[in-house]
Amino acid sequence: MSALEQLARAVVDTLFDVVPIVAILFVFQLFVLRRPLPHLKRTLLGVGYVVVGLMLFLGGLERALFPLGRQMAKALTDPAFVGAAAGWRDYAWVYAFAAAIGFATTVAEPALIAVSIKASEVSGGTITVRGLRSAVAIGVALGIALGTFRIVSGTPLHWYIIAGYVVVVVQTFFAPRTIVPLAYDSGGVTTSTVTVPLVAALGLGLASTVPGRSPLLDGFGLIAFASLFPIMSVMGYAQLGEWRARRAARLRQARALQDQPF
Amino acid sequence: MRAAMRQLLHDLLRSLLGSARDLAPIVLVVGFFQIAVVRAPLPDLGGILAGAVLVLVGLTLFVRGLEMGLFPIGEAMAYGFAKKGSVAWLLLFSFALGFGTTIAEPALTAIADEAAKVAAQDGAIVASDAARASYAYGLRLTVALSVGAAVVIGVVRILKGWPIHWFIMTGYLLVVIMTTLAPVEIIGIAYDSGGVTTSTVTVPLVTALGVGLAQSIRGRNPLLDGFGLIAFASLTPIVFVLGYGMVLG
Repeated sequence: MSALEQLARAVVDTLFDVVPIVAILFVFQLFVLRRPLPHLKRTLLGVGYVVVGLMLFLGGLERALFPLGRQMAKALTDPAFVGAAAGWRDYAWVYAFAAAIGFATTVAEPALIAVSIKASEVSGGTITVRGLRSAVAIGVALGIALGTFRIVSGTPLHWYIIAGYVVVVVQTFFAPRTIVPLAYDSGGVTTSTVTVPLVAALGLGLASTVPGRSPLLDGFGLIAFASLFPIMSVMGYAQLGEWRARRAARLRQARALQDQPF
Repeated sequence: MRAAMRQLLHDLLRSLLGSARDLAPIVLVVGFFQIAVVRAPLPDLGGILAGAVLVLVGLTLFVRGLEMGLFPIGEAMAYGFAKKGSVAWLLLFSFALGFGTTIAEPALTAIADEAAKVAAQDGAIVASDAARASYAYGLRLTVALSVGAAVVIGVVRILKGWPIHWFIMTGYLLVVIMTTLAPVEIIGIAYDSGGVTTSTVTVPLVTALGVGLAQSIRGRNPLLDGFGLIAFASLTPIVFVLGYGMVLG
């Protein structure tokens, strides 16, 4: 594909994404709410930035990273690289790549940046943009690594997902209340523009090269892992923060007691 | 004037640096695996660099536009609906937003076509182009309906202030039960469809809408009640697609 074609594709994809949204907003704003938007010019300029930004972002990824990432997913899962008749242990580089690429693409995911900014704003800074994004990225890394292991080992997808659900439900009762909705949300935002193309390539590559797997049946499911594990890691992040705050308070108390003269 | 220019330049440089930091991990990972593990030189270095610059500028613009455009729109609409006080219009808007943004989503189209191939190969539908196209279209429609329903349920939850976890757990329970009943080949696709529905433009808008609603209703906590719309939008497609598989299988 030529550079121009790639750019055209990015433009078309973004427009498909944006036009229905703008139409809906426009209709409701104009005919139902019948109120002018405040700072109309600035807002429209902002929407323009978002559209152009996404086009450049996607076009650039398609040009620079996706081909290389797909090629790499193929190379790492190739029997020539892994060795013929390999067992699940021989795919260590695949798991490592899965985790690394899962982490890296999540950190760059624009939708996650958006939710993190909002969360930090609303929480008054208790939840930091960097902290939330790292927690989600760690979740995706673990999830995708486990997901590739599942494809290699050929174990059924639903057992993993159901076990994950059980963990999430248990965690929900112990995690700080305010993090729960955000944690559930972070499962959905992790998988969009950057992560899906690379992760899907990895899944399909694996499923078509591991003996006995069908790409059509086993190639799916990685995205499900990538959306389930961040829920756990974000709640875990909040639990860790709470635990550390409690321990610090206990230590302070103990020290205060020690310092007291008899 | 010069001070303002300098400030602008400074801001721009700072946000470019921020984007560079966001993108550095991908570059490091791909570079490391290419050189140290696959042991192949980087092909077309010039193209990669040019692409990287585009990505960098694009991400910077996007983040800028979020704060200037998408967040304010979402909030303004939330306040507008809260002020108007018409729940019916709000719910209609919620449905339209969920349905409209999903039906045209390129990632969903891709996965629906993939799924039609699986179904044809498995003999669940006739292996003709027409049958495949209608299966894929039905799937897309199902997912779009489910996301519309999700935003509606999520908004009602915010209005009522119900705790989110009961909804999510009910959803999980439904997924688990339906997994045992649905045809095997739909399961992977159903689980994945939850992840692909929420696009990069939808997420900031829907988040701003939820938080804005929670902020404009007395007694709602934006952190506790405002978030969660995305979670609904990624859970209901699983349920609906499993159902689609059961009906057709």
